[in-house]
Amino acid sequence: MRHAVDPSFLALPLEGLANAALTRADELGADDASVRILRTRTGRLRLRDGIVQAATDSVDTGLGVRLVHDGAWGYAATMDLSTAAAARAAEQAVAVARACRPLRRSPVILAGEAVHPRAVWVSSYDIDPFDVPEGERVALLASWSHRLLAAPAVQHVLALFTAVRENRFYADTAGTRATQQRVRVHPMVIAFGGVPEGETQSLRTSGPPAGRGWEYLTGSGWDWDAELAALPDELAAKSRARPVRAGNYDLVIDSSNLWLTIHETVGHATELDRALGYEASYAGTTFVPPDGAGTLRFGSPLMNVTADRTTDHGLATIGVDDEGVAAQSWELVRDGVLTGLQTDRRTAALTGASRSTGCSFAESAEYPPLARMPNVSLRAAPTGPDVAGLISAVPDGIYLAGANSWSIDPRREHFQFTAQRCYRIRSGRLDGQLSGVAYQGRTTEFWGALAALGGPGTYGLFGADLCGKGQPVQASAASHGCPAAVFSGVRVVRAGAEDGL
Amino acid sequence: MRSPPELAIRALRRAADCDGCLALVEELAAVHVRWAGDSLTATGLARSRRLTVVCVRGSSAGVVSRSGALDDDCLDDLVAEARHAAGGEGAEQAQPLVSGPAAEDWAQPPAETEAGVLAGFATRMRAAIEDDAGGSRLSGYAEQQVSTTYLASSTGLRLRHQQPAGVLDLVAARADGSASAWGGVSTACIADLDVASLRARLDRQLRWTCRRAELRPGKYQVLLSPACVADLMLQLYRAAGAREAISGQGPFSRSGGRTRLGDRLGPAGLTLRSDPDEPGLGCAPVLLARASEDRTSVLDNGLRLLPTRWIADGVLTALVQTRETARLTGQQPTAEIANLVLEGGQDGATLAELIAGTERALLVTSLWYLREVDAQRLLLTGLTRDGVYLVEHGEVVAMLPDFRFNESPVELLSRVSEVGRTEPTLPREWGDNLSRVAMPALRVERFDVSAVSR
Repeated sequence: MRHAVDPSFLALPLEGLANAALTRADELGADDASVRILRTRTGRLRLRDGIVQAATDSVDTGLGVRLVHDGAWGYAATMDLSTAAAARAAEQAVAVARACRPLRRSPVILAGEAVHPRAVWVSSYDIDPFDVPEGERVALLASWSHRLLAAPAVQHVLALFTAVRENRFYADTAGTRATQQRVRVHPMVIAFGGVPEGETQSLRTSGPPAGRGWEYLTGSGWDWDAELAALPDELAAKSRARPVRAGNYDLVIDSSNLWLTIHETVGHATELDRALGYEASYAGTTFVPPDGAGTLRFGSPLMNVTADRTTDHGLATIGVDDEGVAAQSWELVRDGVLTGLQTDRRTAALTGASRSTGCSFAESAEYPPLARMPNVSLRAAPTGPDVAGLISAVPDGIYLAGANSWSIDPRREHFQFTAQRCYRIRSGRLDGQLSGVAYQGRTTEFWGALAALGGPGTYGLFGADLCGKGQPVQASAASHGCPAAVFSGVRVVRAGAEDGL
Repeated sequence: MRSPPELAIRALRRAADCDGCLALVEELAAVHVRWAGDSLTATGLARSRRLTVVCVRGSSAGVVSRSGALDDDCLDDLVAEARHAAGGEGAEQAQPLVSGPAAEDWAQPPAETEAGVLAGFATRMRAAIEDDAGGSRLSGYAEQQVSTTYLASSTGLRLRHQQPAGVLDLVAARADGSASAWGGVSTACIADLDVASLRARLDRQLRWTCRRAELRPGKYQVLLSPACVADLMLQLYRAAGAREAISGQGPFSRSGGRTRLGDRLGPAGLTLRSDPDEPGLGCAPVLLARASEDRTSVLDNGLRLLPTRWIADGVLTALVQTRETARLTGQQPTAEIANLVLEGGQDGATLAELIAGTERALLVTSLWYLREVDAQRLLLTGLTRDGVYLVEHGEVVAMLPDFRFNESPVELLSRVSEVGRTEPTLPREWGDNLSRVAMPALRVERFDVSAVSR
């Protein structure tokens, strides 16, 4: 069901504010200018052992003007939604561009984009989470908590819920006008405990953040009942887990874990601004050269990765990006070879591309947009096996499920990931949980070791809703679809062991 | 637009029928510039205002925030929603609001910053870039902001706090990308920054990269720069919540709902502390919180923050407490303070002096991507970045490849064999969360090198 854009947002003088800013920018000699008016409502709930610890509701509203003046970026944001303040923001943006002019040698040039004069887009969800009374939201999380606390293995439960509704209005000097609304939710439950003879452990639900509404918590898109039912026994088994012995193993990685590896090793590695060195002082660069498309072997021939801002319920899905570029879908890796990168209008122009891939995004009006990750997904094998089938083909290995810690170097090459649950595989069958499992690798070697892909039944759309990049650091959200997969001979260490073995 | 004090008082009046009310107005003015080589990659100026209202009814607190211009209609809605949100059952906090007098500066307007701040900086940075003695490419980020916070309560609090904060992040890289060095500065005002001397320091580090040496996984003596120590201690500080500890979670918990208070963590003389009046690192003298979580309660807003030693003479002496957890643990309500200082108890050596006194060790200048692997131990994985060197016979003799480690900052303290001189520094990764820190370099034994980058 497609909703309409919130009338209270449409009631703001969007067009008048935009015109005031764009007119003033033009008067001051800006080469290119755009205005964004954003309103983001965020609701958070936090229950400890079924008792409300925090319930917050915030709405952030503001207007930002971005322009290019004498080849330099200028940006200014204001909270004041009056036409005078909008024009003043344009003046301040020009002042910022002038002040920073000494640090630019190469001028800013933007790739072209068709004009989208009346774009309207609303994400796909059934129930706006802010239409659900807070008492109902609390009651559901409390019931989940009490259900878990009734299990002997569970000593404490932390239940968290985040709901976000974004309203975005975009206008630029070319004539694009886009009015958009999207909703996402993220429930998470963490159980703490274990068996008396075991170690205290924690286990987190794998249900990802999703571009859905409240219906997501009641069974649409994720089976919370099943996951919560399994949690106590899995937590007990985790507390009894035996330490892993370091070595090289064949890994069967569940989609609930592999998505994060895709995010870090493929998603961030294929951002063109990183390849150009724009993130050298903070988020980092990438081993992928700016001209690597068509030649760089990224992984095994089984590897096919797409990028998009169009997937239904995707966290990065949108109609038009923060530079007025319409959402697209494109290939990043085909048969193991790099075929594409992620761009915004500036980085696209620097590589001679005729058009940006539409990856521009800013978390609020306070900050200027920058190139952010779209949804990045690994294709499943159309006739591939289920998870049990993948495991049955591994004589000696480890099965990992659920994302835990992640860490990767600034070139997106050397990484280490851990999982919520790790199981020994012997003779194609699971043989108890392991503790301390951390898999390490080098991105292209790891993807080169991709030996088998699960079928569509193993495919899941996971994602991150707090991915940080840029300075000032901004958060963005992106989804990652993937199947379970098998990787051969991956290095596993026992993290934190005195001898590393 | 209404002034911040006027806005806060109006919110309190509209919530007069509640058992209690807090209004927190945060005004932020900020400018920034970012560049990479010859490209200006981002600039910005922002002015924002956020009003957070906490309505208390019985044991329940409703918290609602709005940012924007905030007219009277918006204020009515906001207070109504906070009042409604406070009607829920089963909330855990039941502490009375903090009371106190009105501060003399309560009615002062918020502080400002303007684009002109960037002009002087950009000119000096351009001169540093063109002084290209080392043949390196400079990338960096500079930010100047000033926040002004107003706190009013139905119990009489009228407090104002003004916090300036500036940051410079600078990376110098060889043109062929074969080596790089990072330096960061936290300051109240970027106009005072000595850009040229920071650049000279990075060029000196790049000269250390002329020779390369190999490294294998294993246990090594390391010299951690103050910036590295800052990133590790911030992780420790973040894990030092009393609520987690008494719930059996985290590195400071014991079985049976007890904590590790009183345990020796590091060598004698080692002190980790916070003080709102710390010279050069001053921060809010009262708690200012817009949301509750394990370590913080909105009901503690306005609580006077006293100098606190989290670790004293090597022994864990305090955890981050709300008044509620302080009641449960029988401790003082030692709330979180927005600065952090680690000291060795005596005048320690500078990093250069530590190097001079080293037979063989790895010198690490910045850390990156610290992430929790095992919360119970606060076991972190992370990487070195932009500068690892081999020290032999008192000199830096070669550049080393970056490496991954798996270490707990809590357990690491027991392997500290020398504490350097404490100095202001900027945490490379977690400076966004807390940039007002002073740390020494540390010599640490048996540091875990888990994997080496090729």
